[in-house]
Amino acid sequence: MKIRDLILAVAALAAAASSLIATPVQAQAKEQFFPLLSYRTGPYAPNGIPWANGKQDYLKLINARDGGINGVKLTYEECETGYATDRGVECYERLKGRPGVALFDPQATGITFALTEKVTTDKVPLITLGYGLSIAQDGLAFKWNFPLMGSYWTGADILVQHLGKKEGGLDKLKGKKIALVYHDSPFGKEPIPVLQERAKMHGFELQLIPVTAPGVEQKSAWLQVRQSRPDYVMLWGWGVMNSTALKEAQATGYPRDKMYGVWWAGAEPDVKDVGEGAKGYNALALNTSGTQPKVIQDILKYVHGKSQGSGPKDEVGQVLYTRGVIISMLGVEAVRRAQERFGKGKVMTGEQVRWGLENLALDQKRLDAMGFTGIMQPLSTSCADHMGSTAARVQTWDGSKWSFTSDFIQADEQILKPMVKAGADKYLADKKMTRRTPADCQS
Amino acid sequence: MFYRENGQFKTSYRADQQILPIRQDQVFMAILLVFAFAVVPMLATDYFFRAILIPFLIMSLAALGVNILVGYCGQISLGSGAFMAVGAYGAYNFFVRIPGLPLIPALILGGLCATAFGILFGLPSLRVKGLYLAVATLAAQFFSDWMFLRIKWLTNDSPSGSVSVSELQVLGLPIDSAVSKYWLCLSVLAVIALLAKNLVRSAVGREWMAIRDMDVAAAVIGIRPMYAKLSAFAVSSFIVGVAGGLWAFIYLGAWEPAAFSVDISFRLLFMVIIGGLGSILGGFLGAAFITLLPIALSQALPAIAGLAGFEISTVVVSHSELMIFGALIVWFLIVEPHGLARLWSVTKQKLRLWPFPH
Amino acid sequence: MAFFLETLLGGLMAGMLYSLVALGFVLIFKASGVFNFAQGAMVLFGALAMARFSEWIPVWTGIDSLWLANLLAFAVAAVVMFVVAWAVEYLVLRHLVNQEGATLLMATLGIAYFLEGLGQTLFGSNIYKIDIGMPKDPVFILDNLFPGGVLINKEDLYAALIAAAMVALLTVFFQKTSTGRALRAVADDHQAAQSIGIPLNRIWVIVWCVAGVVALVAGMIWGSKLGVQFSLATVALRALPVVILGGLTSVPGAIIGGLIIGVGEKLSEVYLGSYVGGGIEIWFAYVLALGFLLIRPQGLFGEKIIDRV
Repeated sequence: MKIRDLILAVAALAAAASSLIATPVQAQAKEQFFPLLSYRTGPYAPNGIPWANGKQDYLKLINARDGGINGVKLTYEECETGYATDRGVECYERLKGRPGVALFDPQATGITFALTEKVTTDKVPLITLGYGLSIAQDGLAFKWNFPLMGSYWTGADILVQHLGKKEGGLDKLKGKKIALVYHDSPFGKEPIPVLQERAKMHGFELQLIPVTAPGVEQKSAWLQVRQSRPDYVMLWGWGVMNSTALKEAQATGYPRDKMYGVWWAGAEPDVKDVGEGAKGYNALALNTSGTQPKVIQDILKYVHGKSQGSGPKDEVGQVLYTRGVIISMLGVEAVRRAQERFGKGKVMTGEQVRWGLENLALDQKRLDAMGFTGIMQPLSTSCADHMGSTAARVQTWDGSKWSFTSDFIQADEQILKPMVKAGADKYLADKKMTRRTPADCQS
Repeated sequence: MFYRENGQFKTSYRADQQILPIRQDQVFMAILLVFAFAVVPMLATDYFFRAILIPFLIMSLAALGVNILVGYCGQISLGSGAFMAVGAYGAYNFFVRIPGLPLIPALILGGLCATAFGILFGLPSLRVKGLYLAVATLAAQFFSDWMFLRIKWLTNDSPSGSVSVSELQVLGLPIDSAVSKYWLCLSVLAVIALLAKNLVRSAVGREWMAIRDMDVAAAVIGIRPMYAKLSAFAVSSFIVGVAGGLWAFIYLGAWEPAAFSVDISFRLLFMVIIGGLGSILGGFLGAAFITLLPIALSQALPAIAGLAGFEISTVVVSHSELMIFGALIVWFLIVEPHGLARLWSVTKQKLRLWPFPH
Repeated sequence: MAFFLETLLGGLMAGMLYSLVALGFVLIFKASGVFNFAQGAMVLFGALAMARFSEWIPVWTGIDSLWLANLLAFAVAAVVMFVVAWAVEYLVLRHLVNQEGATLLMATLGIAYFLEGLGQTLFGSNIYKIDIGMPKDPVFILDNLFPGGVLINKEDLYAALIAAAMVALLTVFFQKTSTGRALRAVADDHQAAQSIGIPLNRIWVIVWCVAGVVALVAGMIWGSKLGVQFSLATVALRALPVVILGGLTSVPGAIIGGLIIGVGEKLSEVYLGSYVGGGIEIWFAYVLALGFLLIRPQGLFGEKIIDRV
């Protein structure tokens, strides 16, 4: 017994010591480091895994096919957060000090809120593509947050516009009933102000039905849906909640073709095991899916072809996988843009990458050259606009694959801009900070 | 040979009743305090502070509170996460609504909110015992989860339900660097640990231990179960509430209700049982074990795999972390069911006799 | 009125599903005095095993018939659960005889973490399907009395019937077979049972095996309904109020408790929830169980806790 205790004590000390030494500090950064916060375990893993694989595979592609960004090789390290805020903060603290750190993509709204406070002091930018703080669209207030390609507010707005178009005009929504079945967390609650604003404008009734995380048992939510019989149901879920919602909708007989999910509720893991039961379900699409685009072909050739793929081959080209590829691409392009100003072939600091993110100009020509034709719309950011593009489409599941059933819809800036500004002003007032000056935009 | 009381005579009751009666213990404690306050800030890196020391200190404080309830008074509680949440949000509300309120009074007021909540959800302990009480305290946990998501006033009407604090200062000194945060947590922990140690050595503490050992006999000799149990809930919730306030303000900075979910309650119970029930030191040891283990594993496993020559993915690392964590807990409970504190006291006993075996 | 009936029936059937999980808790507590917090992990492990084997067996053996593949998968998964039960007894329980309740509780929590990690390592963390041919579409009854009919979920109905059959089987097992009698003897008094020659360790292995099979059936039903993924382990937290309301040592208590909690949850969420914004069903179940406990501190059908002073 005593010897066992001794061995245990020594092992514990060794492990503790290793956790101190295992963070070596290199003097000079030779490579650009991309920390990858991800979750491959837990209730949100089915959606987190393809996202993380897409992010990693694109970085591997840039190394394998292009030799890095102008010769600067890319390194990356994944850190498992399990969608928990405290683990996300620990991963951030561990990885933010690495030499050559470029940017963070927390992959979770809760972690984003926690990191928003810290990145202003640590000077590392945050990419939150299609999620995170909606008011961070205002670049003059949020210097270090980049909700590229959309936020929950733009998503909610686009959905309402689409429903209006379906009805034959936004005014035809008057008197209709729309239910929002949402994940009871900051992620699920973010779209509510926009929906309430639109409900006031167009006269439809908004019913809010929360589902306690992680959304494993939703019978009462869908019984409520059955009772009120809304004309449309918006699904704002993530992870297991989505497929459970579709199964419960089938079990209570709510027509799936009247259900519209946000772009985080419209991927293969959500509908695959429901199969035919989810036929007709619609969701927003921030990006295309499929293996036709050239960049996906390149990944299959240069990464999976050399058995370097991060995940299974049949996952390549799925909705969330492609979204991960886009996120890595935007990070890489930001570094490239920063190198144009601060020195080609050099490793960029967090501040320089932030400037790059703020001056992205990805027009159709550039997208074609990179092999992203058809995947996304052109995107250009500026000092005041950290979103870059607000377009999305609606896609429908036909039992075996997604196909587009609408054109690109832009979010209505007339409604959103004042709300974003008001929210950002309140945030700045609470934190006793001021808006950035035009001079600051040049840095 | 070194750890003997020979020659140390006590000439007053007061001297005899000190917390650390043996001179060597006093010296050791003094060295430890100097090390913690003065030496560690000089040696440790920023990462070590932010990711290892500060969570360890705050969790030790919370484990201390839970140990008072579970270890000293014998009421198994799975609602500690809720008390932390109430302490955190209570402190937040006072901090935000009273402009210019300093940090320490806000934390104390948050702790008092947690006390009220704890007494309310401790009332069932007067009727329900044992495992039934453990599950009943889960009611507090889930109610608090819901309360902070639904009642907008409690989160200052934030649209997403997520709140944040900044610009913390104590007596005019800003708390923004890692070292200042470390000192704040360490000071709060030291003060509360001293108060708690004295509390459990007093009449109230003995009442708690009597209730734990045999509550019917305690009632027979005149200890009123209601006062004893509710005071245990009150003191424990206060400490856990202050710890929750520190966790939210100092470690996370911005948080949502999911940060205080049932996982934290289970973790706190682990810390208390692995550390040793009914021992103030046990809270510290258990917190060190549970806080450091995941981090050590996530660093050590890839390193070990690298030595063996193959690369393992983060998925395998996280799953192995879970498995090793579970296995270690079971192993610990088999090897020393009374926890790490018992190992320490056995070591001290051996030290008194060293170098003789008996 | 129709909707009230729908909610009521939905609640009853949800309650039966909770009782399936609660049965595992009760079985183990009855026989070994251990509150098995790992029951949720066992449900997950069983469901994962069944889901993945029903995928792999057709691939390995080329069997086409869904029914046969499922049956084989169930058999293999049951064997896996037996191995788990034996390992738990041999590695953990044997060494923790006579420890306090809190220590055993923590040990089962440790086992829970271990099983969750092992399950995800062996079988993966994606969502997997269990297809046992359950009907997915609803059926509407009483069309003539109420316009539109009253909705009944056929899958839940079958699940409730399976749960009832399981309870009947267990009752027969406990009352009529000699092993069942031995289990009841051990639940009554470990030392007395040992002194008349009942092998304690073997009994515990049997109990954990039975609980493992119950967890497998529960996992199969829940998995068929919701898909098999890590979060399935959290249904144990939903079944805990059932256990304490019915009493930790009573099998019929698990059923009655399940029905009460199921109905209470659904009715409260649908009718009270809309006033306070929704999302109340989880804590309402616990508060409901707590309310019952204040009247009967050992649960509705549980054994009275007798303290010797």
